[in-house]
Parts: sequence; structure tokens; C-alpha cells
Amino acid sequence: MDSKADTAVAQQKVVHVDEHIVEVVSDSGEGAQKCGQSFAAISAKMGNGVWTVEIIPAEIQPPTRTKEGASGIRIRLGNKPVTNSGNQADVVVALNEQVPYSRIWQGAYRKGTIMLLENKWAEDASEKIRESYAEGLAYFKEKGIVVKEIPMELECKKLVSNPRKGKNMWVLGLLCSVYNRDMEKAEAQIKRIFRKKSDDIVNSNIELLRAGFAWAGNNLDIRFSVAPMDSDERYVVMNGNEAIGMGALAAGIEVCSMYPITPATSASHYLADVFERSGGLIHQAEDEIAAIGFAIGSSYSGKTALTITSGPGIALKTEFLGFAAMAEIPLVIVDVQRGGPSTGLPTKVEQSDLLAVLYGQPGDAPKVVLAPSTIEECFHYMILARKIAESFRMPVFVLSDANLATGQQPFPRPKLEKDWFSPPIDQSPWKKDVGPYEWDKETGMSKRAIPGQPGGMHTLTGLAHDNKGNVTYSPDNNQASSGLRSRKLAVFKKTLKPPVIHGDDSGDLLLVGWGSTYGAIDEAVKNARKSDLKVSFIHLRFLSPLEPGLKEIFSNFKKVMTVEINYSDNINDPYITEENRRYSQLAWILRARTLVNIDCFSNVKGQPLAPNSILQRIEEELNQ
Amino acid sequence: MFGLKPDIALDKPTKFLSADEYEKGMAKWCPGCGDHAILESVKRLCSEEQLDPVKTVFVSGIGCSSRFPHYMDTYGFHGLHGRAFPVAEGVKFRRPDLDVFVITGDGDCCSIGAGAWIHAIRYNMDMTVMLFNNEIYGLTKKQTSPTSRIGTVSNTTPRGSVLPPLHPLEVTLGVANASFVAQTADWRPEHLFETIKAGHAHKGFSFIHVLQRCPIFQPSLSKEMAGNRESLDILIHENGINMDEEKMKVFKNVVEHDPSNLNAARELASDHSKIHLGLFYQNPDAECYSDYGAHNLGFSVEEKMEVLNSEFDKYAI
Repeated sequence: MDSKADTAVAQQKVVHVDEHIVEVVSDSGEGAQKCGQSFAAISAKMGNGVWTVEIIPAEIQPPTRTKEGASGIRIRLGNKPVTNSGNQADVVVALNEQVPYSRIWQGAYRKGTIMLLENKWAEDASEKIRESYAEGLAYFKEKGIVVKEIPMELECKKLVSNPRKGKNMWVLGLLCSVYNRDMEKAEAQIKRIFRKKSDDIVNSNIELLRAGFAWAGNNLDIRFSVAPMDSDERYVVMNGNEAIGMGALAAGIEVCSMYPITPATSASHYLADVFERSGGLIHQAEDEIAAIGFAIGSSYSGKTALTITSGPGIALKTEFLGFAAMAEIPLVIVDVQRGGPSTGLPTKVEQSDLLAVLYGQPGDAPKVVLAPSTIEECFHYMILARKIAESFRMPVFVLSDANLATGQQPFPRPKLEKDWFSPPIDQSPWKKDVGPYEWDKETGMSKRAIPGQPGGMHTLTGLAHDNKGNVTYSPDNNQASSGLRSRKLAVFKKTLKPPVIHGDDSGDLLLVGWGSTYGAIDEAVKNARKSDLKVSFIHLRFLSPLEPGLKEIFSNFKKVMTVEINYSDNINDPYITEENRRYSQLAWILRARTLVNIDCFSNVKGQPLAPNSILQRIEEELNQ
Repeated sequence: MFGLKPDIALDKPTKFLSADEYEKGMAKWCPGCGDHAILESVKRLCSEEQLDPVKTVFVSGIGCSSRFPHYMDTYGFHGLHGRAFPVAEGVKFRRPDLDVFVITGDGDCCSIGAGAWIHAIRYNMDMTVMLFNNEIYGLTKKQTSPTSRIGTVSNTTPRGSVLPPLHPLEVTLGVANASFVAQTADWRPEHLFETIKAGHAHKGFSFIHVLQRCPIFQPSLSKEMAGNRESLDILIHENGINMDEEKMKVFKNVVEHDPSNLNAARELASDHSKIHLGLFYQNPDAECYSDYGAHNLGFSVEEKMEVLNSEFDKYAI
């Protein structure tokens, strides 16, 4: 069979687009995510720019056919690098008529979105379900969605007795036809995802794939073409948690101590697999506190360790985080942020652990905080984090989030450098008369003695101590040692450059972002500038210390506004005034740091920011 | 020649460390505190076995007990309340060459640290653990501990505590994979020494429950326990903790107990009418998590780069 089914394609008029947004939504357990991830991987392997976002319900198996139980994925593919999940979807595949409702309520679809809808419900034995289906059709029509009813179950039953397993691969075939995907790559992808299963299962899924492809070729009148990117680079494609895992490996980290928590855990699953082959080990601790205690013990004995968690875990680790800062133990902490507060929205994105990480510990606990803004940065920042942690004897945070964790994006294949990996544990004799905290009087930096180093014996403690490691309650010592621990941040800050300004150096509005919102802000600002709006943006990678030169940069703009996914009061809400308004987290810090009256644009909807929503805000601001 | 091992001639002459040379500074516990006696026994062990201070790590939590590492001239980690075990596990995990001791107290281990305690037993990592149980919170100035007898008067229970105590031996013997459970007392220094020595020699999590006198906050209890010869038994067996006949003479009552018998151990532990000193249980074959930690060490940078490159190949476009 032709891998591109040329004859079928020739019958459809192909629409060429720069990019398209595709969603696959279903009940939990029907494999919508696997289908979409495969589609994304195939497209990436064909050279498209790709960005994916998973649509995840909070329960493992929510009730079927419910409006809130939608499980799925959004894939945005383009002929250029794709940096965010975009605005509304162009094509949606839905396995029942209930799951699209919540997506519509969230503004994920528009007039003209094409919905390929499983039609078996129209003839369901239950009258209630038939009615529901009819209601759905009417509702979608009202919203301007173009529904094409597809006999997925019917077609799948020709090949398998239980279409619940396998329909997703039939759908993949259908999408491959609609987007003219390379079927060789598609079949290779199926062989890869089912590599641990029997040959029968692999072959059955390939059959389903081909059947979906053929059916679409013969029956579906939509065809889109998204050209590949113009690039000679070698790319890899993975999600943020995999990138963090690989980054840990590249950083020479050999111990990852964790406790399962959504949405961080898959990074540990990845490491559990690959560490074993490269000298590392995962430790699943009995709880979050034990996880960081274990990591600190490992760091103390010379193997700088990683702990991975999310917001609730950070809260539990608070005491040990302060301890690591006080005892100056190198540690890498990855926080994959999720909706809060409290148990919140476990599978949804939020950027609201910043203040907790910075200031949650009692007393003054200076630390370095990095926030990757792309999946590529998730990889590289792990290497940076370990080096900073060891050079400066500090805990270093890498703030990721639920969207980076599960989203896929291709990036240039890293060229490995030997010096990324950690050197062997120093066991050389410790210099006589040098204390365990021999702070340089100006920089506060000191070398640490690792168990096994002759002459380096000392008792590490969280109690106030002098440079010889002796416990002391002396007022002067506490002042001085606190000063030196803080000094390290200023010393590190000297190595940083001011942030890049995207757009002009001056103008009417400057947006400031951090973390996974980079792509959406970039797209919005580019579009705004096309209409001559004088808006620029910067995107911070370092939140502690902050990148230098901010006040200067801000002074060249009439207004500065942060864009973030966390809570802030809306100035137009009842009772809210300039005096009592609670700002977004980065806004609070920047206001304090620069004394500039910085505004914020934020929400806690648990969704990635759509470029159009930011564009709308820019226009509101500048067209007054 | 003259009975010397040939390889000694090749080593640099190593200095013989006396017990006092293992001590650092001056122990600041109250006069009469049982902790002083335990420190002496530990120093004696270090000297008798010529433990290398460079490779020895004492990990503690918070409490009077946990000041211990500050008084040893080895590596020490005075950590957080209730969290000594996870730290010690992390220290040992990829450093099988280090000799790890854990010092904890009845509040540190049995109250805030209870969760970590249960799991530490199960991990069964190769470390020597001493729980200094004085049945009271000393450092924070007299509150009941989970091991305090019912009716204990303290600053948080001025009319006497209302709950029966938790018994550390019963708890430890109830957890899966427990491999060494012993009890001793600070006022029986010979037995204390032999118990710590046996625990150190055991490969696995050696849990040593040390009855410890607090003359300041538990003065009558301390006097009563130390003076008690009637309800104090010593457990004996060829596989138990043994002392010469001379040293056994201080003990009035002797009980034969096979430490491989878990059920008998549990019965002894739940008999609160007597204090049994000795080895309650030992299983030399229990799984050691430290073996897991020690495997797959020593990969070179080149080997790691190779693995990472093959991962990139997998994820390549």
C-alpha cells in the first residue's frame, strides 16, 4: 500500500496552512493522549514545529461521557518553531458528544472549528444517550462548529472485537490522512509505543492505523498541509519532564529522591528507567520530607542530589529547604508547579509557588531560583542548577509547571560537554586550619568538606555557627554570617546579563513574563507590533537573584505589566482599590525591587495563556 | 616477620587513636545524665575497633540525645527534629564506604520521627542506631514523650499524662524487615558497650534501645531504674550479646532467649513487668537497601555520555 495514498489525496482539495491546532478528546482511558502524542511525534519527525498540551482530568478514571471528564491533548503544528499552544483549535476529534462541552466553555473552539465526532451514540440502545447526542449536535451547530459524524466504532469493529482498545489508533490513521502524514513514520511510531507488547498487538494497531487512513481517504473531504520547518539542525522531541530527567543525567546527578506527586512524577519514571544504565538511582522515599532529607544526606556525602516535587511538596519540604540554606548544602529542587492553593488543580498549570519558594522558610534562607521557559531550557537548566548549587553551596530551584511537564516540543539536539558532568567526589586531604565554613570575607563563598576527606571532620548543624562550624549564639556572628550567606546571591548576580528586550528598547508598554508563558507572550507582542503598537516584552529566567538592569529597562516604558498564571485581584472588582489590591507574584517582587508601579495581567484558570487573550489586554491598555 | 601482616610494612604507620582522641570539645549534658555514659561506650568502641574518624559519620535529629555528634571528632550531621533517619539513609546510599551511626531520642524518634522510623527499619540500611530513651522531653524543658508512663507529670500534662506509652521494642519488632533489635541501659556500661559493639558488627539497621537516665527531669524514675535489680533480666544465648562471667555478676536474673525467634522476642517485648537487656532479635539475612544503593556505582563520564546520546537517538527526529 502506498505510504502516502496518493490516489485518495488527489481527490481532496488540499488547503495549505502555516499552522494548525488539532485536539483529540475522549473519556479517560480511551487513549486520546497516546493518539495525539503520536500525531505530534510523527509531525515533529516530518520536520514540523510542534507544541502540545495535555488535557487531563484530575481523577484516574472519571465517569464516562461526562462534561467534566474530558481527557485528551492539543497539538499545534506549524511550518516554523511553535512556542505555545495557540488560541482556538482548527480540527477536533471527539469520541463522544459530552467531552467537547468543557473545551467549548474554556474557549478552546471557535466558529468554523471542524469537529470529527464519533456517531455511534446516535443509534445507542439508551434513549437518554440518543437524546444527549442530538442535543450535542444542536449545541455545536449553535456555536458555529462544523460537525462531521464519523462511524469510528463501526469501522473499528471490522477489525477488533473491543474498539475501546484501538479506536485511538484508527483515529490516528484518520488524522494522518487529513494532514498527509508519512505512513512509514506513523507505523514506526506505533511499533515504538507498543514495543513492550506482543507482535499481535503491534500488528493489530497497525491494521487499525491503515484502516483509519484509508477510510478518511475515501470518505472525508478535508485535507490540510503544513510544510516542515526550514532547518538543517538535528532535533530531538520530548516533553518537559523527560527533558528534566535527561538534564539531570547530563548534569552528572546520580541520586534523585522523590515522592510521587502530580504532575512531577513522570520525570522520576523516566529517570527510574534510564538512571539504572548510567550509574544513577532513584529513591522513592516514604514522604516528601523524607525525600528531601535523603537528598540532603546524599549531597552532604558528596553526591549532589535532586528532588522533584510540586507545590504541596514544596510546602512540606520547607524546614529542610531552610536547613540547606543555613548549612550551605548543595541541592537541586525541581518544582513542577500546579494549580493551588492546597490540593487545588493537580493536573493544571499555574505559576504560583514563586513567593513560597523565595520566602516560605522561617528566617532568611537565600537561594537561587531559575525558571525554564521552554522544554529545551528544562534540559539545560538542570546542568546550570547543579553547578550553581555546588559553587555557591546553596539550594537551587528549577521552577517548571504542568504544561511544560506534559507538553512536547522539538529542540536542537544538545551537544554533550564533558564538563557538564560532575567530577568524582573530592576525597583529597583537607587543609589544616581551614574551617568547614571558611567564608571569604567579601564573597561569602567557602569550600565544603566531604566525608572521607582526611582532616575535614566537622559537625554540620542548622544552629547558628561560626566559620569553624562551632555553634555560637554571638550577636555579631549571627549578623555577619547571615550577611555572608546573602552575599553569595549578589556575587552570583554579577555573572548575569540584563534580559533581552523583545521589541524596541522603549515604548508605551513593557510586558514581563517568566516560565512557560514565553511563547504566548512572544506571539501576542509580535502581532501587536504588526499593528504598530509600541509594546515590548522581557522574559525572566532568574527569579533569585533577579536579572540585573531591570529598573533601567522599565524606566524607558510608560507602563510595565507582568503576565503570569497566578492569582491577582482585578482593580475593577467590588471593594478592590489601589490600596488593597493583591498583585501577582512576580509583580510583587518587581514592585519591591524597582519601586515602579508595575501592573499585572493574570488568571488562575489552569489553562495555558492564549496569545489572543494577551493581545486583547495589550490593545485595551494601549487604545485608551 | 614477628607475626606482622606483610601489607602493614607497605602502609604508612597509622597512629593508634585512644578513646579520648575520638572526643571533641566538652560534652555539655547535665551532670549525671546517662548520655555521658553512652558517649564513653561509643568512644571505647571507636578505639577498640580503630574506626577511621574520616570515614565515620554520626547523624542526629534534635534533642539532648542529638547533641552527640558535636562531641565526636568525626564527621557529624546534627539535623532536624525527627528527620535523622532520612538524612542517614541519604548519606549511606551511594557511600557504602562510610560508617554511619544514628543518634536519636524518644521524642525525635517516636513522636515527630515516627513515620521515618518505621520506614528506616524496613529499609534496613547498614547503620548503627541508638535511641536514647529517657521517657521525657529534656531539651525543651519537660514535656511528656510518647514513651512516658501514664500519669507522668510534665509542663504540658500538669495533672499527669492520660495515655499509656508506646513501646519502641514492640514497634520495631512489628515492622517488616527488622534485622537487629536490642535493649541496654546507660547504667550498665559493660553491657552497653557489648551491645553497641554487636550492633555495629551487624550488617543492617541495628536498632539499639538505650534506657537512659535524666536526673533533671526524670529524677525519681532514673533512680528507680538504676537501682532496680529485681525486675531487670539479662538475655543470654550463644548468638546473643555475651559478656564474661565476671561482668555478668551484676545481673541477678538471667533469661535464655534465642534471638532468631521473632515470636519469643515479641512476647518478651510486650512483657512490661520486666526490663530485659540483651539481643531480642537478629536476622542476618534481611534485605539491605544499602546494597541496592551501592550497586551500579563507578560509571565514567564517557559511559554516561554514551547512554545520554543513545537516549537522544531515541527521541531524535
